[in-house]
Amino acid sequence: MTNRQVGDVTVIDAAGRITLGEGSSAFRDTIKDLVTKGDKKVLLNLSEVSYIDSSGIGELVSGFTTVSNAGGRLKLLGLTKRVQDLLQITKLYTVFEVFDDEAAGLASFS
Amino acid sequence: MSASFEQEIQEYQLESTLDSVDLADQNALDLARKFGFGEDDQNSISMAVRECMVNAVAHGNKYNARKKVYLKLEAMPGTLAVTIGDEGDGFKDTDVPDPLAQENLLKQSGRGLLLMRAFMDECEHAARVPQGTLVRMVKRLGEV
Repeated sequence: MTNRQVGDVTVIDAAGRITLGEGSSAFRDTIKDLVTKGDKKVLLNLSEVSYIDSSGIGELVSGFTTVSNAGGRLKLLGLTKRVQDLLQITKLYTVFEVFDDEAAGLASFS
Repeated sequence: MSASFEQEIQEYQLESTLDSVDLADQNALDLARKFGFGEDDQNSISMAVRECMVNAVAHGNKYNARKKVYLKLEAMPGTLAVTIGDEGDGFKDTDVPDPLAQENLLKQSGRGLLLMRAFMDECEHAARVPQGTLVRMVKRLGEV
């Protein structure tokens, strides 16, 4: 999981799996660090994430809440078909703003 | 373990650890492939098996080393059935808040059963004698 700054937006490039015991604590720590530093515009790139389970979904929701409570926004970029299906099944597509295109995702914060 | 041309049954007693989740997932996937399930079905089976195993290990047995997880895989042409049992305190459907209710959408947990039901064609659970929960899930070839 790596971060890069594009203007005033922090893009988190996640990769691999976000599951119980794998990746979910790294994501949680990353979000906490960003909020502590005052970064409030977060675009989470999931295009290289191969697998998310319900614990991973819980971490995404928790991250969304943490950033929102700090007055910011966490948005999603590049969902694979599997992750799209998960958001559909769990109705979380009604919660998250989702972008296919990074430029559009970045522009949405301005 | 028994095998024939038409049917294969595997049974395991697993430790209450996350390694058992991987083991159950891998064995279910191997069997699904062997019986002709395609990639989408394999992904669905993997998701459901992992969710069910995590429930058994973490919520049912609470990682207790003295408690085991029972796994049974039954494959026959066109059908894969997965039965997973724990030795926990059990649960009722009414104990589980609806994860799709507006007030629960931002909760961190409680989506496992929803995903198991969504990704398998059948998913039912019952109290296990003398203690725990037994979940049986079925995936049929070619069904959503």
